Amino acid sequence: MKNEWPLWEVFIRGQHGLSHRHVGSLHAPDAEMAIKNARDVYTRRNEGVSIWVVEANQISASSPSDKGPLYEPSESKVYRHPTFFDIPDEVGAM
Amino acid sequence: MYAQMIKSEATQDDPEQLAAFQARIDAGEKIEPKDWMPEGYRKTLIRQIGQHAHSEIVGQLPEGNWITRAPTLERKAILLAKVQDEAGHGLYLYGAAETLGVSRDELTEMLLDGRMKYSSIFNYPTLNWADIGAVGWLVDGAAIMNQVPLQRTSYGPYSRAMIRICKEESFHQRQGYDAIRRMAEGSDAQKKMAQDALNRLWYPSLMMFGPSDKDSVHSAQSMAWKIKMNTNDELRQKFVDQTVPQAEYLGLTVPDPDLKWNEARGHYDFTDPDWTEFYEVLKGNGPCNTDRLAARNKAWDEGAWVRDGLLAHARKRTARKMAAE
Ligand SMILES: [Fe+2]
Ligand SMILES: [Fe+2]
Repeated sequence: MKNEWPLWEVFIRGQHGLSHRHVGSLHAPDAEMAIKNARDVYTRRNEGVSIWVVEANQISASSPSDKGPLYEPSESKVYRHPTFFDIPDEVGAM
Repeated sequence: MYAQMIKSEATQDDPEQLAAFQARIDAGEKIEPKDWMPEGYRKTLIRQIGQHAHSEIVGQLPEGNWITRAPTLERKAILLAKVQDEAGHGLYLYGAAETLGVSRDELTEMLLDGRMKYSSIFNYPTLNWADIGAVGWLVDGAAIMNQVPLQRTSYGPYSRAMIRICKEESFHQRQGYDAIRRMAEGSDAQKKMAQDALNRLWYPSLMMFGPSDKDSVHSAQSMAWKIKMNTNDELRQKFVDQTVPQAEYLGLTVPDPDLKWNEARGHYDFTDPDWTEFYEVLKGNGPCNTDRLAARNKAWDEGAWVRDGLLAHARKRTARKMAAE
């Protein structure tokens, strides 16, 4: 059996209540050690208040060749943005 | 630099795909791990990022050498934090290299058996405390010159690693300058030590940028791919221009009798390092090559039981948990 520690992806929530954000990866034998290592590697300067770790092979990702079919449909739907609509000045802030 | 003399790998890919790839890079797009990329791009990056990572790790040795002998508790805590950062830098970079399809253990093994290199600078010794100041000031200073532009490199994971590293690097250079400044402003004996450290580390620092452009044959492809952002001589010049006034402020003399400001060029003229020495160090004949590799091998070998033990423990716990479900 190969004895390389599995790879974990690390997500950290910063001080200001934003969502967890992917910050990088590391190797660890299990989730507990992954969190401990993530603390040492990714929060040395107050970068976070919460850590998630996920084993890298548990992540499913969209494939780059799907870029077209996945994202192009939203490009033509300009009416989804508020700036599509003209609101008369007289109406005030909206 | 931390990655010196990276040979660009030849690429034998479909010309149409290559052109489309180059167009993405020229348009400033980032290349991500699952995107199509030329084999040469992948291989060159593995070598370059790997060498950069190894340099961060081996670079801990000359500084770690002085942690237990730092002159004050505060200096000790600072140096410890700095060296810990370097471990992190190595880790961010190994992570970036792994996205290209090489494993962490493979990279480590290639360092340990000498198939992969690390920066020539870490084959020089740190003989006393003044050297620790000089390393932070000059070596981290030179690293910053190279790492700041690499934040814009075309490969996404490499660029993101560089952004994290650059955030931490300025602390490294400042703590070094502060430490050597204290000595340069101290007693005559301390001043002498500071000057001696500069004398010994100046040319090895200039070597970090790699051979002169006229002898650097592998740059063009890497620059087109935006995995090398500046030529070696450009960065070396920038480093000299920035560092000379910093030395003057300390009252220290750069050990180069031909160093002088060239009004017409708007740069300092300076003497190149001894390239014969540089190639000797790369070949393994620097003052500390053997020690450095021996130290890394020892750490890896003596850590084996910890790595294996923790993994066995994790597997046992998983098995127990599955049996209970
Ligand atoms: Fe570093
Ligand atoms: Fe550093």
